[in-house]
Amino acid sequence: MGLNSILFYFFAGLAVASAILMVTRRNIVHGAVYLITTLLATAGVFLLLQAEFLFVTQVILYVGGIMVLFVFVIMLVNLDVSLLQYQFNRQRFVAGVLALALGAQVFLALKTGQHSLFPQARIPEVLPKNTEAVADALFGRFMLPFEIASILLLVAMIGAVVMAKRRV
Amino acid sequence: MVPVDHYLWLSLALFTIGVIGVLTRRNVIIILMSIELILNAVNINLVAFSHMFGNVDGQVFAIFIITDAAAEAAVGLGIILAFFRNRETLLADEMDMLKW
Repeated sequence: MGLNSILFYFFAGLAVASAILMVTRRNIVHGAVYLITTLLATAGVFLLLQAEFLFVTQVILYVGGIMVLFVFVIMLVNLDVSLLQYQFNRQRFVAGVLALALGAQVFLALKTGQHSLFPQARIPEVLPKNTEAVADALFGRFMLPFEIASILLLVAMIGAVVMAKRRV
Repeated sequence: MVPVDHYLWLSLALFTIGVIGVLTRRNVIIILMSIELILNAVNINLVAFSHMFGNVDGQVFAIFIITDAAAEAAVGLGIILAFFRNRETLLADEMDMLKW
């Protein structure tokens, strides 16, 4: 077992464990911190897959941007009352069983179709110059989706300002 | 070397935990964070396949998904703020103003 595998299983275990802690904690601030741990572990997995640009994007944008937004809103709306309330809703058992059934289904499908789905199920060793290749694809073939994403961000920004304003 | 299906299993585990969080929790902020977890699980799949085929298109799609997650978080948290100002609660069960 090489260093790559050890690091992968370490990051995978960390991601899954803190994800489980995230959905079960009572305090939402703790949930947010565990979600940050999951996202950082996922960033480590991206680095192992030699996606360096995506690793940096994940750390800066997800952990540094989106999660700060979450923590900020938690600070604005934090209620001490909500710590005393029951945290799971009425349909929790049915919903949990259904979600686990969905997971088991996909797991079985992956398990049985393993050899026909992935003809070369081993990952190649090297991919050259990740950031350059991503930039070439993003500003070449994916120019139109890139512009549409910028319009989406503009719309989301205006929408967030309008929603959070006291009087429209 | 880690075989590609181990990445898929990691992604499946995170996805299932996210679905459980969305379906069973009552707190709206936890539900939004579980949605972020689901989007993140999809990203792992895309990057693993991108690496397997030696093609960066999957990573470009992952970047678009992160953009989407940012937009969704901004608008969703704005809605939560507006809702909290009206009802003083964060429970999804209480969001029944459109019911009659």
